[in-house]
Amino acid sequence: MTDHAHAHDDHGHHGHDDHADHGSLKSYTIGFILSVILTAIPFWLVMGNVFENSNTTAFIILGFAAVQIVVHMIYFLHMSNKAEGGWSMLSLIFTIIVVVIMLAGSIWVMYHLNHNMMPGMMHDASHSTHLPPGLPAGQSAPVPRP
Amino acid sequence: MSDITATTPGVMSAEGKPRFYVEEHHPEHSTLLGFWIYLMSDCLIFASLFAVYAVLGRNYAGGPTGAELFDLTLVAINTAFLLLSSITYGFAMLASQRKDLKMTQIWLGITGLFGAAFLGLELYEFYHLWHVGATPQTSAFLSSFYTLVGTHGLHVTFGIIWLITLMVQLNRHGLIHENIRRMTCLSMFWHFLDVVWIGVFTFVYLMGVLP
Amino acid sequence: MQEHTNHLIFGRLGWDAIPTHEPILIVTFIAVVLGGMAMVGALTYFRLWGPLWRNWITSIDHKKIGIMYMILGLIMLMRGFADAIMMRLQQAVAFGDNLGYLNAHHYDQIFTAHGVIMIFFVAMPLVTGLMNYVVPLQIGARDVAFPFLNNFSFWMTTFGAVLIMVSLFIGEFAKTGWLAYPPLSGILGSPDVGVDYYIWALQVAGVGTTLSGINLIATIVKMRAPGMTMMKMPVFTWTSLCTNVLIVASFPILTAVITLLALDRFVGTNFFTNDLGGNAMMYVNLIWIWGHPEVYILILPCFGIFSEVVSTYCGKRLFGYTSMVYATVVITILSYLVWLHHFFTMGSGASVNSFFGITTMIISIPTGAKIFNWLFTMYRGRIRYELPMMWTIAFMITFVIGGMTGVMLAIPPADFVLHNSLFLIAHFHNVIIGGVLFGLFAGIYYWFPKAFGFKLDPFWGKCSFWFWVVGFYVAFMPLYVLGLMGVTRRMSHFDDPSLQIWFQIAAFGAVLIALGIGSMLIQFGVSFLKRDKLRDVTGDPWDGRTLEWSTSSPPPDYNFAFTPVVYENDSWYDMKKQGYERPLQGFTPIHMPKNTGAGFVISALSGLLGFFLVWQMWLLAGVTFATIVAAAIIHTFNYKRDYYIPAEEVNRTEEARTRLLEKHV
Repeated sequence: MTDHAHAHDDHGHHGHDDHADHGSLKSYTIGFILSVILTAIPFWLVMGNVFENSNTTAFIILGFAAVQIVVHMIYFLHMSNKAEGGWSMLSLIFTIIVVVIMLAGSIWVMYHLNHNMMPGMMHDASHSTHLPPGLPAGQSAPVPRP
Repeated sequence: MSDITATTPGVMSAEGKPRFYVEEHHPEHSTLLGFWIYLMSDCLIFASLFAVYAVLGRNYAGGPTGAELFDLTLVAINTAFLLLSSITYGFAMLASQRKDLKMTQIWLGITGLFGAAFLGLELYEFYHLWHVGATPQTSAFLSSFYTLVGTHGLHVTFGIIWLITLMVQLNRHGLIHENIRRMTCLSMFWHFLDVVWIGVFTFVYLMGVLP
Repeated sequence: MQEHTNHLIFGRLGWDAIPTHEPILIVTFIAVVLGGMAMVGALTYFRLWGPLWRNWITSIDHKKIGIMYMILGLIMLMRGFADAIMMRLQQAVAFGDNLGYLNAHHYDQIFTAHGVIMIFFVAMPLVTGLMNYVVPLQIGARDVAFPFLNNFSFWMTTFGAVLIMVSLFIGEFAKTGWLAYPPLSGILGSPDVGVDYYIWALQVAGVGTTLSGINLIATIVKMRAPGMTMMKMPVFTWTSLCTNVLIVASFPILTAVITLLALDRFVGTNFFTNDLGGNAMMYVNLIWIWGHPEVYILILPCFGIFSEVVSTYCGKRLFGYTSMVYATVVITILSYLVWLHHFFTMGSGASVNSFFGITTMIISIPTGAKIFNWLFTMYRGRIRYELPMMWTIAFMITFVIGGMTGVMLAIPPADFVLHNSLFLIAHFHNVIIGGVLFGLFAGIYYWFPKAFGFKLDPFWGKCSFWFWVVGFYVAFMPLYVLGLMGVTRRMSHFDDPSLQIWFQIAAFGAVLIALGIGSMLIQFGVSFLKRDKLRDVTGDPWDGRTLEWSTSSPPPDYNFAFTPVVYENDSWYDMKKQGYERPLQGFTPIHMPKNTGAGFVISALSGLLGFFLVWQMWLLAGVTFATIVAAAIIHTFNYKRDYYIPAEEVNRTEEARTRLLEKHV
């Protein structure tokens, strides 16, 4: 679905597959070590209560997750803009765009719906900063219990 | 795709008129791209579950919260299992490129064991949570938790079944073209599951214990 | 103990599941049984079971699969339309003391089934069928990228349809509307099996649709003929590519959401419940993130059809090819940014509503660009008013009206008045009938000779056309009026007698449409009987411009003896202009995939699994599931899935065509 002239694989060589990058011992090892570091730090940040502000922690570990995902893509999944004539990358980017729209859109929409239509219930995702007085943390809208 | 022009060999006929057909044509193999696109669709299933968790993940309904329930050490161990299984699969792929069937099978087997260890530990975690009264029915938070983590676990389970099947097929037919293609697909699948797990341990577990 | 075993095997299924107290269903059942027996009898008498299995059910040929999709879609159109006629009839008479002939319990299932069937089992199969048949031919390929998956996808769709049909006679269907919003669709709101049939039919069919999407993307990306760059693809192929991207990027969301609904119903989770932290609006939110791309999945291929039809019957290159491609891609991306306009009224507030209102208005612009491109193509063309061209003109007028009412609805304050009124119903039928259905009819008439070797009868086609077009306006314009007057959708009874005249007019419109459908069925029959007179011998009955018209009608199994090479857009037109001569010798053996029954078997088991899950027959469900996994694994042990068509056979086929062409000249 691209509209710009890609350098696609020349259809002139018949009879064999795309020569995708298959990785090497070196690339797998680098990927592994990077992943270990990028995993250990977030765990340490949370388990060690390093930052007082949990929002800061949240942002940082999300950032680490994003970086580690990129590491996995490059070193384990051999993602590049040459793979499959650029179509792998294009489909990945499109998927990421849709995922971001879904996540951001859903959080935005549901936050507004909850805010307008469920007075007293102020929780959604990790962005809850207001707690109506008298309501213990984690309580949803008061519901008659049998 | 490059433009075919009149100077491309085989295209001009003897009389110098452009020919509108080629005699030999082998279309490129589509399996790897097709499987990648399937993984993109699977990514969207997980995205839906992440979206649900994002919206409902703090609805504790007066029940237990993530901070009270999650055992981060266990999660760290599980993360290690999955990461190790990723690299052992990578070693299996390298062995297959060297046409070393024996080492391929060994590394595949180790991958499977790590995967099984991951599943075992996860099932243990679920059992424990259930036992203390944190069931999927308790709250929307727990429904989302079990579904998201459970769906990932189900994918790992199918991956292991596939792995075993592939090991049997490798035994039978060796490192033929078709089997290498299947290994490559499973490789993509396996690494993809590790990518999803990064999202899970970050968004569900680590952020789940934060206030 | 006996009861426990009974329950384990039969779940909720009991004799009371059969609706013996509903006379309409009893009559339908008898008709189905008699019709079924007649068909089985005919198949047996003419010894067609073998050929049916070998040549159709197990076929992995995209052309056969495409035809089977069309048959499925047309059959389900009958069922979906029967639902429509029943609703029109009820709403025309049920005023004041007259309660009509359908109680709410029945009526609610009818409008739900009508929507589900028309979207999932009429429009999607028809669109998929055309894409399946035409795209490989248009790109110069021999089949799709994954022929076995193609067969499997078709049968999964079919068994999804079977589950819906079974719900007529065993149990009941959902009463929630075609999107089954919770909490009504939750276990408390709908404790009966109806919503479960809905869930499992869509899950089974959804697998088929998603796999088909992957298949066609890979086909278009990887299997184009040498020289066919992306910007030299026919427009129908472009719209198919974008459609399948939408399919792959939206159906997983539907799968996830209705799985969560199933978990709420079966397991007692709290995703969409009213208490314990659930939020029913999250269902609405997610399902429309799927739902809006879905309607573009339906319309984009039809835009492609119109592009092909207009350029062919005007004898002109399509105006603005590049902008057509850009417009299609822009629509694909923008379709993910408008979904909230389906629930403006649910309280998300001004900022959210404004954003989505604006994006909704923006998305109408690329479609406007397309309409202008078609008009400019027609300008100074030598227009032939064959039926596809007639459908195109009807589409342009009708769809524009529907689009304008859509832009009206895109204005949140206006939508607060019109949401869920008959105005909305009129709008979406306006665009779906005017856009999707008219496009499909144009496409069927256009490509029918390619598929079957003879044209469709034009007289009965014109009857169908006029009944459909006039009938559509008579049936749906009153609904705009009623909507503006404030009438709500999905009502089976009214108290205000001043409304009745509009419903009666609408019912008459439905009768006209029924005549249109009848004319179409007659058209098929008459065309078959007159096929020798309507024969297409050249393979190119319309002086077409794209590669499918370079093959015989119908094409041989292998489509092209030699893969074509492409230099320009409208490559077949280019070939004809340059004095192309068909190669008559030098044929080589052709590599083809083998037929297989695995797709049919696994799909049938999936349908069965759906049935067992609906009735909570857990033991049988478990066994069936294990069987499916085993069957799939066994299938992967089959490494011998292809064969070669020998060169002599290719030679014979091509020689036969040469003789036919010479006779015609």
